[in-house]
Amino acid sequence: MVWLTWRQFRWQAGAAAALLAVVAIVLGVTGPGLVTRYDQIGLPSCHTACTALASQYINELEFTTYGKLFYAGLVVMYLVPALIGIFWGAPLISRELETGTFRLAWNQSVTRTRWTLGKLSLIGLASVATAGLLSLAISWWASPIDHALSYGQSGSHFLRLSPLVFGARGVAPLGYAVFAFALGVTAGVLIRRAVPAMAVTLVVFAAVQILMATLVQPHLIPPVQTTAPFNASTANEVVITSSGSGPLTMILKGNFSMPGAWILSNQTIAPSGRVFDGPPGRACTANLPQQDCNNWLNSLHLRQLISYQPASRFWPLQFAETGVYLVLAAGLGALCTWQIRRRRA
Amino acid sequence: MTAAIEARGLGKQYGRRWALTDCTLSIPAGHVVGLVGPNGAGKTTLINLATGMLTPTTGSIAVLGKKPASDPAQLASVGYVAQDTPTYSGMSVEDHLRFGAHMNPAWDSALAHKRVEQLGLDPKQKAGKLSGGQRAQLALTLAIAKRPQLLMLDEPIASLDPLARREFLQILMEATADQELSVVMSSHLVTDLERVADYLIVLVASRVQIAGEVNSLLATHHLLTGPRRDTASLPAGQQVITESHTDRQSSFVVRSNEPIHDPAISVAGLNLEDLVLAYMGSAKAGSVHPMLEGTR
Amino acid sequence: MIWLSWRQFRVQAVVAGAALVVVAIALLATGPHLASLFDSNGLPTCRTTCSADASNFINQLKGSATELIFYGSTFLLYAVPGLIGIFWGAPLVARELESGTFRLAWNQSVPRARWIAVKLGLVGLAAMATTGLLSLMTSWWASPIYHAAQKAGPNSLSIVDKIAPPLFGATGIAPVGYAAFAFALGVTAGVLIRRTIPAMAVTLVIFAAVQVVMPLLIQPHLIPPVQLTAPFNANTANEIMVDSRGSGPPTMTVVGNLSKPGAWTLSNQTITPSGKVFAGPAASACTSNSAPPQACNNWLNTLHLRQLISYQPASRYWPMQWLELAIYLVLAASLSLLCIWQVRRRRG
Repeated sequence: MVWLTWRQFRWQAGAAAALLAVVAIVLGVTGPGLVTRYDQIGLPSCHTACTALASQYINELEFTTYGKLFYAGLVVMYLVPALIGIFWGAPLISRELETGTFRLAWNQSVTRTRWTLGKLSLIGLASVATAGLLSLAISWWASPIDHALSYGQSGSHFLRLSPLVFGARGVAPLGYAVFAFALGVTAGVLIRRAVPAMAVTLVVFAAVQILMATLVQPHLIPPVQTTAPFNASTANEVVITSSGSGPLTMILKGNFSMPGAWILSNQTIAPSGRVFDGPPGRACTANLPQQDCNNWLNSLHLRQLISYQPASRFWPLQFAETGVYLVLAAGLGALCTWQIRRRRA
Repeated sequence: MTAAIEARGLGKQYGRRWALTDCTLSIPAGHVVGLVGPNGAGKTTLINLATGMLTPTTGSIAVLGKKPASDPAQLASVGYVAQDTPTYSGMSVEDHLRFGAHMNPAWDSALAHKRVEQLGLDPKQKAGKLSGGQRAQLALTLAIAKRPQLLMLDEPIASLDPLARREFLQILMEATADQELSVVMSSHLVTDLERVADYLIVLVASRVQIAGEVNSLLATHHLLTGPRRDTASLPAGQQVITESHTDRQSSFVVRSNEPIHDPAISVAGLNLEDLVLAYMGSAKAGSVHPMLEGTR
Repeated sequence: MIWLSWRQFRVQAVVAGAALVVVAIALLATGPHLASLFDSNGLPTCRTTCSADASNFINQLKGSATELIFYGSTFLLYAVPGLIGIFWGAPLVARELESGTFRLAWNQSVPRARWIAVKLGLVGLAAMATTGLLSLMTSWWASPIYHAAQKAGPNSLSIVDKIAPPLFGATGIAPVGYAAFAFALGVTAGVLIRRTIPAMAVTLVIFAAVQVVMPLLIQPHLIPPVQLTAPFNANTANEIMVDSRGSGPPTMTVVGNLSKPGAWTLSNQTITPSGKVFAGPAASACTSNSAPPQACNNWLNTLHLRQLISYQPASRYWPMQWLELAIYLVLAASLSLLCIWQVRRRRG
């Protein structure tokens, strides 16, 4: 079974090895430069000036090759599990069904169950290894940048904890890779034709990723809630909007800073407890200086209600996320195996 | 002795269509069984059921005493060459032999390599580049070299030229003699089966029309020609398979265990092809109830 | 032939239509908020405060869902041509070759060349139309952001410079060229490799490689860049760095702040009066810990350094877009001719 799986997997393994080699070379060449600059600029031993130094570091990098490689690393880490699902998972069994070779394969002295489980586990392991090595390399390379970012603005989308970067670091990509692979194989078993299975795998995987990141990830561990008084002068956002002919409303977002934390919601509430959305007083709608509007807002005794995940929760969240995906993958694997056993497929 | 294939009330339904209906068979081991019938009769369905590729809708089937594809030992004892002789087009001949060796504990590597050499196949050649006949031979080699007790072939020679067909059947017969194989081979070309089969099953319109040893079938079926008469006027022991009448003459294909003594009728034997055609024709007319040869 | 192309393309067309609808809904749902944010910052009618208002506006977007959608739509505009190449291009001919149906298709009264030319043309046009629509929708959605960048003037935040990668390839008409090229690449891979899934993989790899190489090597030189020099002033420099790691005297890297708003800066060097790039060695005014920071700046200013930048101005956006489109369309056309020729001469 091992020989057969390897023989049919040679090209894909080669492609993965080539990708890993290219990534390793590029990151190996550019990685030390990042670390050097990080040390040079004084961040490892900073005390009070950390935020400023970190900002300077990030700004220097942003429009250079390093910045582009950072973005590229994110793209690669999100693409690779999808590609594993599409090119390793979807054709695995659907090609055998399409070409009729399953009639040859399922007549050997190996039961279908063992044949399926053998392929699933061997290539599943290869997926874990590929995604794991990539994540290791890219997380190592980006760690100076991730550290610098964690000193700064709490709302940045490029924090390690934010949905955009969270899935491209640590062990989460391993879970994604195994899940995408299992999803691909299942699609292949159910749809029985390779190219449609590839398309379906892509769409379903993308949908699951988006849903998980927006709905589930923030609540894997219940977020921390905190309140603070709302100060209009330091607020991030004071906006007056009008919906056509209806009344004017206001959108207020106060300033909240906790380095490295991922802010899930930042609402401004009135003393009554409800979200404050206007209507804006004359101080804001008439053509008066902004300070008048701010004074009026401050007189309303509004409060900020913030819900966030602190930076320290990075690894627990990672493990929770990976756990969810591994369970999903195992379920799909069982579904596949069951389907192959009972139908003629 | 365990029957090679034992089916009781076996049926398979696809959507609303029954591909195989109420099939009860007891195929003895040690024979070369020809499974004959027109296209769409259910031959492939029966073979797929016997190799575990399909699960029955009704009834049951036991191959060599066990449920098909139930465990590795059962899988090892049944060899299967499917229609269109599937092979991995990207793998070479040598790879296929290695595939067989890894997947079957009872693999006879010497036999496999000897066959490949005899056939003149280039071990490095990819299976996708072989001709149809060569692929069929490769698939047969894979099935034979795992040393099964029962070999199931689904129209393996349908797309081969006459020379390739003869070579295939020759190798099949050699293997059958060497290894004491039972063979079930489906085809819609009766002339080829005539040479090799000693047990016949006729399958028409998803039902088994007749099943039995070729010798005894040929001995008990007769072509009767004589003056015009009604079917009903024939003696009771004779089962009419087909009949055709002109103004003055009638001819019947009948099945009868006893010799026929009517002097007004001339009795002739049938060859296998005529026999099969008779059953296929009568099944179309719907006038014959399926009858089985009892097991002895 | 048109009926046949449509009949074999139905599913892909429906999927593309559904995807466009989903994207349209997402953009329609969030577009108005973006527009009202633009208005509420006073940008439509700003006069003297434009730059500050624009910065304000862009900063408000940072960390919001809108920022994510912006990145997402940029990514989509790169991904969609690739997906078209893989799912529409590679299987087009390869599937027929693999399954043997080419023997049916090429034996009809339509000559092979016409068969493939019509398929290439119709599906290629569909590919370009899909991508074009997507680009149109996203640029409508993102127009407040680009307006703000324009209004910001000298202090514009270069992350939204349309002329520089990655936004250059994700806006305007360039994606239409990418789609045509990726599609033709896919079909060619299918014709040459004759097996669907390997063709898909090869298409992906080659397309990705081309999309990485183009912005790095070709795009900067589509039109020869503009060169500009100005005196270097250490007090307003972007970066002054001393590197004392090596064994010799410490070297320096200095980067001035000369830049053009909205432009794509290709290189920014500080050169000595002799014309070489200034790399130190650093004087003690810069290396010693006891010297005040101003001393280093003063010393640098005595060296009469000059800043030399090479850039593509923002006004060249549309000319470069047309050039990019032309290049990719030529590539697509060449690949299509290669396909037609290959299909005609081999048995395929």
